[in-house]
Amino acid sequence: MTEVAITPTPWQPVCQRSDLVADSGVCVLVGDVSAAGPLAPRRSIALFFIPHAEQQLYAIDNWDPIAGAGVIARGIIAEVDGELTVASPLYKQHFRLRDGQCLEDPGIRLDTFAAAFDGDTVVIASMPDSP
Amino acid sequence: MVEPRAKQKLIVIGNGMVGHHFLEQLAARPENALFEVTVFCAEPRPAYDRVHLSEYFAGRSADDLALGRIDQYRDWGYDLLLNDAAVSIDREKRTVTSASGVEKTYDRLILATGSYPFVPPIPGHEHGKCFVYRTLEDLDAIRAASENATTGVVVGGGLLGLEAANALKELGLEAHVVEFAPGLMGIQLDEGGSGLLKDKIEDLGVTVHTSTATELIEEVDSGRLRMQFKDDRELVTDLIVFSAGIRPEDKLAQAAGLQLGERGGIVIDESCRTSDGNIFAIGECALYENFIYGLVAPGYTMARNVVSLLCGEEASFTGADMSTKLKLLGVEVGSIGDAHGRAEGAAAITFVDEQSGIYKRIITDGDGRKLLGAVLVGDTGDYDQLLQYHLNDIDLPEHPEQLILPAADGDAPTLGAGALPATATICSCHNVSKGQIVDVVQGGCCSLGEVKDVTRASTGCGGCSALLKNVVDEELAALGMEVNNHLCAHFEFTRQELFHIVQVEEIRTFEDLLQKHGSGRGCEICKPTVASILASLWNDHIHHRPHVGLQDTNDTFMANMQKNGSYSVVPRVPGGEITPDKLIVLGQVAKKYDLYTKITGGQRVDLFGARLEQLPEIWRELIEAGFETGHAYGKSLRTVKSCVGSTWCRFGVQDSVAMALHIENRYKGLRSPHKIKMAVSGCTRECAEAQSKDVGVIATENGWNLFVCGNGGMRPRHADLFATDLDDETLVRYIDRFLMFYVRTADKLQRTSVWLENLEGGLDYLREVIIDDKLGLGEELEVQMANVVGTYQCEWKTAINDPEMLKRFRQFVNTDEPDEKIVFVEERGQPRPAREEEVVKIAEPA
Repeated sequence: MTEVAITPTPWQPVCQRSDLVADSGVCVLVGDVSAAGPLAPRRSIALFFIPHAEQQLYAIDNWDPIAGAGVIARGIIAEVDGELTVASPLYKQHFRLRDGQCLEDPGIRLDTFAAAFDGDTVVIASMPDSP
Repeated sequence: MVEPRAKQKLIVIGNGMVGHHFLEQLAARPENALFEVTVFCAEPRPAYDRVHLSEYFAGRSADDLALGRIDQYRDWGYDLLLNDAAVSIDREKRTVTSASGVEKTYDRLILATGSYPFVPPIPGHEHGKCFVYRTLEDLDAIRAASENATTGVVVGGGLLGLEAANALKELGLEAHVVEFAPGLMGIQLDEGGSGLLKDKIEDLGVTVHTSTATELIEEVDSGRLRMQFKDDRELVTDLIVFSAGIRPEDKLAQAAGLQLGERGGIVIDESCRTSDGNIFAIGECALYENFIYGLVAPGYTMARNVVSLLCGEEASFTGADMSTKLKLLGVEVGSIGDAHGRAEGAAAITFVDEQSGIYKRIITDGDGRKLLGAVLVGDTGDYDQLLQYHLNDIDLPEHPEQLILPAADGDAPTLGAGALPATATICSCHNVSKGQIVDVVQGGCCSLGEVKDVTRASTGCGGCSALLKNVVDEELAALGMEVNNHLCAHFEFTRQELFHIVQVEEIRTFEDLLQKHGSGRGCEICKPTVASILASLWNDHIHHRPHVGLQDTNDTFMANMQKNGSYSVVPRVPGGEITPDKLIVLGQVAKKYDLYTKITGGQRVDLFGARLEQLPEIWRELIEAGFETGHAYGKSLRTVKSCVGSTWCRFGVQDSVAMALHIENRYKGLRSPHKIKMAVSGCTRECAEAQSKDVGVIATENGWNLFVCGNGGMRPRHADLFATDLDDETLVRYIDRFLMFYVRTADKLQRTSVWLENLEGGLDYLREVIIDDKLGLGEELEVQMANVVGTYQCEWKTAINDPEMLKRFRQFVNTDEPDEKIVFVEERGQPRPAREEEVVKIAEPA
């Protein structure tokens, strides 16, 4: 799919199950792709798919504020003290997948979004989780 | 108001190892700014390492041996006058005058004039084919004279004489040693030890003539030299090297009226002051309590003391331990303290193994409680421990003979690090005590590497590495810290242990290994490490489904991520050789995709600024033109740099490019604990800088010299000469074994340099494993390497033909739009990542 429709429902479809890579991340662009409407700003979101985990799907902001680059989707999934995180590929800080908290810097937290499968379609919440 | 203090004028005469050490120590202090320093050096180059002078013949160049550099002295603010010997000192006027007529005033004068070789006044000793063994110029002259020679004689069977004999042997001469005394190394060894040493050296093809006095040297018709001995024997030789001891270089001091010893040497007191309070003497020119300290370590101690005194601190020199451990012509020799048992009431215990050629003798006091001295020939494994007993006056065990007897079942009493007092010197090269090591461990250094970095312990000769490790481990244990070598929280194994497990159990996936031997879900440390182990052993494509989530981003996308999230692309250019057509393709591709282009240090071309989604198209074009992936993104072989070699260069002696191509094509794709760099030079001029690489190959007239474990980068390390004059086949076999042994045993992300520094037994052990095949692993290592070589694939070529793999190279899986956050601006005619403030400017139209 090349365009993402913004729906008034809290969920928005972002890609297909087959677009995901098991135990790794991919990136989606959400928001007003045509830049015409006021509904939601454009942002890129990292999706992590971990088939054997209790929670299989995580959606987290793709922008790494420490590196100043959109690279979170390309990090390695790392378990730290029993919690799943993603290690940023540039400077290796860990961001907790469930709430985006940076383990190395308490002042930094990435937005996370509820994510789910709707059949073979991956949907995520239009608005980030509240901290 | 206080006038700014004028700088104190300091003159140093002599720029040998001790003179250099003095300056290096002074330069490292803040007080350096208070001195104006002039250095007079008689030789044409700054200080170099005379201890390793013989390696000049084994392939090390003058640059390799250099200790001081002209620009470094300039940075320190010192005025270095090379090739300009000081010729007189006026103590009244406090001036020094040089051969070229320079006159300088001093407030304090340091004499570091060293020594000169003693040449016995045998008639004929001044013949042009008679040499001494002291400077690089001496060695050049010996090398030149050896060119048409078959035989060489060394007069003097001491430590330096045997070094010289080894050098003659390396030059291809039939070597003889002529010694006046009844035994070799008479100062350090007793009769038994020196007898065994003689046998061993003769086995190596050097003829030893002891109790032999030379009466006359004369030229015979053939232009050769005839040596006439007192007992009517004679020897005809092409050249003679005198190495019959050293004499302090004290002429300048004598002319200036300073007090000298009866047999020469500038008399100094505990503060290294001469009879003139403004003049100090350090090193081999100085005489303390009627003794010349002819080793470098006591000279360094004197130098450090004088620096301390000049900076207003207290320091005193009260003699030094003259114990030595070294390898002469491949024979291990050690001497500690009173080797001859001269002390009153001394008792000796001797162990001789004629079969293996081992001689060990310890000298104890009358009660057998303290160690006074020791002699070791053929096996110096006990040296470190014995030295600690001696230096620290530690009580000997009840049966001291156990210290030198071979352990029947491996339970020989070992001196734990805990038994050593805090003052015990662990590293004598850098004068590091046990107390200092304990302090840095308590201060937070938790690994051997960190302790080495901070204290410099064990970074000189490395002889103390095992002892240092004991001290560090014991202190860590004392602090209640578990010495933990686990890879990470998910695997309670070292990388080496995991490698073994994966190999023996033939484990093929991370998931399988984690289930059987790990816990949890893995992390960014264990995943890439295990991926690397799996690749080294089984060599699947890194995009093979089970391995996908394990790779660092660079391996995942087979390119190097740059700071803004774009990638750089480096195609392989084996040996740095490239056709014009291929060069044009690189230019065309760079132009088409608007890539920033830079030549790398490894003789390749790096193309920067590719967006993730552009990588497959860029590679499709590169592969069509015949390029392969360069693995610049992997912990794997990067490049084999080469010089142009004998094909073009008038100095080249072998075809270095062909060899570089051969080994680059052989080892490309090998996944290893860290990146590996190699180089091949076509002659000893070493234009490919092979001695800064993990594997360095340098051509010789007879084949190839192999250097290993060099490193550039943050912690540069000069590579070690590993083997000489190898033929092509042996060279490749050794590299096969070396690389695989490294791959199997190194820690995660450990370069070969650090690996070697931490390898117990060091370079000698590595030679035993690789060359002598001590572990019987040689063939297995070669088979493993053959498997890697045989399963090579260009990862990019496979990827661009696999639609599933290509799916990964999408910036967004739901749109073809590029990442608008990646913005470039132009600089010097090429793109570069925009800085934050520049991005804002672009986003807000004017």
